[in-house]
Amino acid sequence: MTLNRRDFVTTTIGLAASLAAPMVMAAGKPRVVVIGGGAGGATAARHLAEASKGALDVTLVEPTRKYYTCFFSNLYLGGFQEFAALGHTYGKLAADFGVNVVHDWAVGIDRDAKTVSLAGGGTLPYDRLILSPGIDFVDGAVPGWDITAQNAMPHAYKAGSQTQLLKAQIEAMPAGGVYAMIAPPNPFRCPPGPYERISMVAHRLKQINPTAKILIVDPKEKFSKQALFEDGWMRHYGGMVERVGPDFGAANTSVDPAAMTVDIDGEVTKVDVCNVIPAQKAGRICETAGITDGNWVPVNPHTMQARADENIHVLGDASAQGDMPKSGFSANSQAKVAVMAVRGALTDSRVFPAKYSNTCWSLLGTDDGVKVGAAYEATDEKIASVESFISQTGEDAALRKQTYEESLGWYAGITADMFG
Amino acid sequence: MLKRRKRSILAGSALLAWAAFAPAVMAERIGDAERGAEIYRKCAACHMVGAQAKNRIGPHLNGIFGRKAAALDGFRYSDAMRRAGADGLIWELDKLDAYLENPKALVTGTRMSFAGIRSLDDRHDVLAYLRTFSDKPRDIPEASPTAVAHEVALAPEVLAMAGDRDYGEYLSSECLTCHRKDGSDRGIPAITGWRNEDFVVAMHAYRQKLRPHPVMQMMAGRLSDEEIAALAAYFAALE
Ligand SMILES: Cc1cc2nc3c(=O)[nH]c(=O)nc-3n(C[C@H](O)[C@H](O)[C@H](O)COP(=O)(O)OP(=O)(O)OC[C@H]3O[C@@H](n4cnc5c(N)ncnc54)[C@H](O)[C@@H]3O)c2cc1C
Ligand code: HEC
Ligand code: HEC
Repeated sequence: MTLNRRDFVTTTIGLAASLAAPMVMAAGKPRVVVIGGGAGGATAARHLAEASKGALDVTLVEPTRKYYTCFFSNLYLGGFQEFAALGHTYGKLAADFGVNVVHDWAVGIDRDAKTVSLAGGGTLPYDRLILSPGIDFVDGAVPGWDITAQNAMPHAYKAGSQTQLLKAQIEAMPAGGVYAMIAPPNPFRCPPGPYERISMVAHRLKQINPTAKILIVDPKEKFSKQALFEDGWMRHYGGMVERVGPDFGAANTSVDPAAMTVDIDGEVTKVDVCNVIPAQKAGRICETAGITDGNWVPVNPHTMQARADENIHVLGDASAQGDMPKSGFSANSQAKVAVMAVRGALTDSRVFPAKYSNTCWSLLGTDDGVKVGAAYEATDEKIASVESFISQTGEDAALRKQTYEESLGWYAGITADMFG
Repeated sequence: MLKRRKRSILAGSALLAWAAFAPAVMAERIGDAERGAEIYRKCAACHMVGAQAKNRIGPHLNGIFGRKAAALDGFRYSDAMRRAGADGLIWELDKLDAYLENPKALVTGTRMSFAGIRSLDDRHDVLAYLRTFSDKPRDIPEASPTAVAHEVALAPEVLAMAGDRDYGEYLSSECLTCHRKDGSDRGIPAITGWRNEDFVVAMHAYRQKLRPHPVMQMMAGRLSDEEIAALAAYFAALE
């Protein structure tokens, strides 16, 4: 039997009001459902529950019990981080902040009824929904590759067993073997991510397989922090890294996972490891909800509300917001704006102008860290960059080491901010 | 003393003459080195300068102009000063001037326990004195610190501004991606439980780009006086 608010009030007439009041309030609390417990979703759930001090009913839907961060997963490939240190659980969100954590997949969203249906069969009603499901891959983006080939040719672009698999394959390469990366076209998760990965793979190979070669097949003309990366590769791993760009046919590439070959514009190369990072789109649940335009979900820059539905806020990689890169830092920053907007709409808390920022650190080699960052503000059309900075080539070793140490501080900071 | 009086006479002379002379005069000298030698006694309790100068409580100050912060191998600097050096803090005139005015504005965690020199003239004079101990004083690019117009000493109403804690809490959410709420300082310094004034002065020093560090210059650059006050109020209350 369920007891709804009206039944309860009518059947308790004449009973002590002091007894009835807390129950009525609990049943009447505004409900927020968050889908996805990653950089955007975990941050949003934690801060919603913490700041509203019990005034909101916050439910987080996330299938996995342990979230492995993509950020710093490249450092694991390079041997700078333990795998276990990348994993984070949801225990504190539940115990310390009172978030209802539901380990399940969201499989449907009924925007008229304002409910979310779960793979396990349940239904969750919401007053506001926050979606931060991250990315999925565009089908057929790299001819010859699909998700069933991910064991032969891992993407390692969602962290966890894929990352471990890629590391094992790199370490098992024959002497003088070839690691190939098929880099993704824009826009994609973490613009410097593939290139930081190259640095870390090179670092590891230099230790265990110094005659190995690294081949980047890149459909883009240029990439994030390019001058810094190329300078770092030259200094640390001279001669090991080769990049084939679109001028040499990289945009016309296919793979054969059974034969372990890469075909670049008709020229077939046999490789030992093939890290395919396909083109990306918003997590599938966004399409299911019918709020995407093309591959991503357009949002209102002031609040992160989907343009197609003001009851749904979309954070992180899945959103099309303007100038911010798809990063964990950005998702975390956007979550804070959304939390403020949701609290303002559902409780009487104050609303302030949106402020966003991002900084992405990358490690080039031992104690050689660089960073790029920007501050953003909301205009009516988009989240617009207002100021930015980037590390310079030729910085001295002390500054680079300090930059790396800062990134360790940031990792500790953002994970504490997400998971408590 | 004599030179000093000459400067004030110049300043008081006919407007036309002043306009013609001023740039040359300002570029020529920071202050009065002779008078600076006397003010330097305040520093001498901790610092040596000149032939055979050694590190004492503080590092020796020979060749301080153009020297990177925390650059002497044999001296144990504070973590904060070493961080500032790695960030790229170079002891140029405007930085020295700011550090002597309020050491904590530029390097909050500095070990130099010295209250600072409020008087602009006194600072200029002691710096003019220190300049004479540089390898090539002539090569030191000079400009009057006043021309740089950094105001480390904030107006009392800015320092006393009462922060809006609610707003501070929202603004702080941006800071907590990097700085830890629990006051841990691994890799990134802790900013909880600071004295209000130290916090405000440090944020203004980043905003004025006096204090190096691209992330913090950017973060502080978009904050108004009210927002800095709100953040100071929020973080001071943590811990
Ligand atoms: C190699 C690499 C390095 C990176 N390095 C950095 C870095 O140094 N700094 C940085 O800031 N960013 C970095 N990133 C980017 C960062 O990881 C992402 O931008 C960030 O995780 C995006 O956050 P999100 O909340 O959008 O998605 P995610 O963090 O991916 O979270 C999405 C969550 O939603 C869940 N989910 C998906 N669909 C459903 C559903 N239907 N129902 C329920 N749950 C669902 C998933 O299980 C997942 O846990 C890196 C990425 C990679 C791949
Ligand atoms: C009570 C002792 C003390 C007094 C007085 C003092 N200092 Fe210092 N000073 C220090 C210490 C200690 C340091 C190192 C600070 C650190 O590591 O944070 C320092 C550092 C410095 C530095 C930076 C040096 C470097 O190598 O980076 C300068 C410049 C400086 N002092 C100038 C002065 C001047 C000029 C005066 C007088 C107006 C003065 N100090 C007065 C103790 C003192
Ligand atoms: C991207 C990471 C990042 C963010 C976001 C950030 N900071 Fe910082 N902050 C740093 C780093 C790194 C330093 C050390 C800088 C240096 O070396 O001077 C620092 C230094 C500081 C200091 C001086 C600490 C000291 O010991 O001298 C203060 C104060 C400060 N930050 C306040 C803030 C406030 C307030 C915010 C939010 C508005 C903020 N920071 C946001 C990274 C960050």
